[in-house]
Amino acid sequence: MHPPSQNDYKTLLKRAAASLVFSVLFGATLALVREQNLWYSILYSLCIGLICWFCIDVGRLVVARALPAPPGVAPNRNWPGWLWMIVLIVVGSAFAYSSGTLLGDWLTGSRSSNLFSAGSLRESLTLLLFAFVPAVIVTYFFYSRGVLADRIAAAEAAQRLAAESRLKLLEAQLEPHMLFNTLANLRVLITRDPVRAQAMLDQLIAFLRATLGASRLGAHSLRAEFDRLADYLALVQVRMADRLTVVLELPEALAAIKIPPLLLQPLVENCVKHGLEPAIAGGRIEIKATREGEDLLLSVRDTGVGLAAGSSPPTGADPAGGQFGLAQVRERLGTLYGAQASLSLASAPDADGGTLVVVRLPLKVR
Amino acid sequence: MSRPRATALIAEDEPLLAASLHSDLVDLWPELQVLAQVGHGEAAVEQALALRPDLVFLDIRMPGLGGIEAAQAIGEDWPEGHQLPLLVFVTAYDQYALQAFEHAAIDYVLKPVHQDRLAKTCVRLQAALAAIRAAPHPSDSNAAALEQLRSLLAATGIAAPPASPLTVIQASIGTTIHFVPIDEVLYFEAADKYIRVMTAAREYLIRISLRQLLPQLDPRVYWQIHRGTVVRCDAVAAALRDESGRMQLKLRQRPELLSVSRLYAHLFKPM
Repeated sequence: MHPPSQNDYKTLLKRAAASLVFSVLFGATLALVREQNLWYSILYSLCIGLICWFCIDVGRLVVARALPAPPGVAPNRNWPGWLWMIVLIVVGSAFAYSSGTLLGDWLTGSRSSNLFSAGSLRESLTLLLFAFVPAVIVTYFFYSRGVLADRIAAAEAAQRLAAESRLKLLEAQLEPHMLFNTLANLRVLITRDPVRAQAMLDQLIAFLRATLGASRLGAHSLRAEFDRLADYLALVQVRMADRLTVVLELPEALAAIKIPPLLLQPLVENCVKHGLEPAIAGGRIEIKATREGEDLLLSVRDTGVGLAAGSSPPTGADPAGGQFGLAQVRERLGTLYGAQASLSLASAPDADGGTLVVVRLPLKVR
Repeated sequence: MSRPRATALIAEDEPLLAASLHSDLVDLWPELQVLAQVGHGEAAVEQALALRPDLVFLDIRMPGLGGIEAAQAIGEDWPEGHQLPLLVFVTAYDQYALQAFEHAAIDYVLKPVHQDRLAKTCVRLQAALAAIRAAPHPSDSNAAALEQLRSLLAATGIAAPPASPLTVIQASIGTTIHFVPIDEVLYFEAADKYIRVMTAAREYLIRISLRQLLPQLDPRVYWQIHRGTVVRCDAVAAALRDESGRMQLKLRQRPELLSVSRLYAHLFKPM
């Protein structure tokens, strides 16, 4: 058990104010219906109503703090469950009716019938209903407001989380180091070779458009995927010059197959960042699409430094290395194709070395 | 007497950017003589030691050795009695590195290189060079440069991801994986893509870089004494200086001597 927070006190005060307003309205309504003195009716209603609020709402806080929260209720809700609340409402409204009436009598100097002086049990119960029914109504009102507030808070939290993960994905795709280096090269080309600068700018625009639109687009053709990868690699090639050789192989028969947009982008980026850029002599990147039975195989291979050595990033580089990119591709495959798709990462099997990633997709989604 | 022209080395792997930095420097500082332009870290170290320029411009991310590792190697292997070069780092986007430069008060230039910024850097470098040349003892400014380098290395070390300390080294020999308790390791020595793990009785090879291993070692017990060597401090019997002023460590349980680079020599002082 921990002491109530400032927020709990705020809630209590708000509910006290709401109970006060409700009591005034209830007293006035009762006076009109029963043709009684308006001020006396409001005064009695206030006395009973506020004691009722005190017993039920403060009682709720005390009980909820003392007991573990019931299943499915957040502890900060301070809701002990309906069973406890009914006990609190019955006891609280009975006590509030009798003591509120006494308080009203004392304030007005008159004497009204109370629970015990009423003629019969039936009469006592009828009187009690005047406190019990409003107490149930007001408690239910507060309860549903609390539930609503919780739902709004949960929805907002979920929205924040989704926005954060979208931002993280975008940041990973628009790797800042790559972007600033590309811009630095572009800045140099503008004066030295304006024609090449323009071509490079066009590739950068195509790359940015594809990256920013990838999350909105459901699927695009394998041809479009290879074109975007070619744009990206052309940008890298400006930076790495003859240290980078690019081989793209897409058979015409497979060009129209739809795949999730920029699925291979993180894999190609890993090859460049962790395989080829760290290699003094650079190397080759090969991206190929082949068909194997009912499956589409997409392979991304580099002849860079390889898995063991490439995992040591230079100072200040992201500590996660290529893990984020791989995890992201796996997650997309899992969501879209389930167990039908797979991704394997291994050292390239031939003498040129480097790494080989193979993505296997079903041609027909079951 | 005419002052000698200031000389520089540019280490940048992207050819366009290297050429552009070169021409910008020539525009802003016509007397500056660019001795060489290299494309990776190893070449930067080799050329710096061979040509001994006054300034070295180092890209942070280069194939092979990165800019900071290259700076460390230059600092360690620089011949005794010669003035260390002034270092300027060049980077596109590297929050951790930038923090480290600020911390160590080392010059850096951001890519794309902005002329105004580069001009300011040139003015600062000219002033620093003039101060060094006016100083009576080159060793004083070298001490300051080494201290700067030390604090840069310490600051980039902090940026490394924290890991829990290792308790055993798992090293494979043939098909067997040997478990070597960390307390038995007297020192680690980098060898190409491997680290040699030395105990009193034998040596093991593990395939990991020293940079990856270091954060996993307890810094109070394992001391880095060279860019390629980390020694267990209670394995050291004595620290000796040879006639050329180089410091070497004698070990309790092994015959070989270990060299201490000038970046770490300050660790071995009498109490």
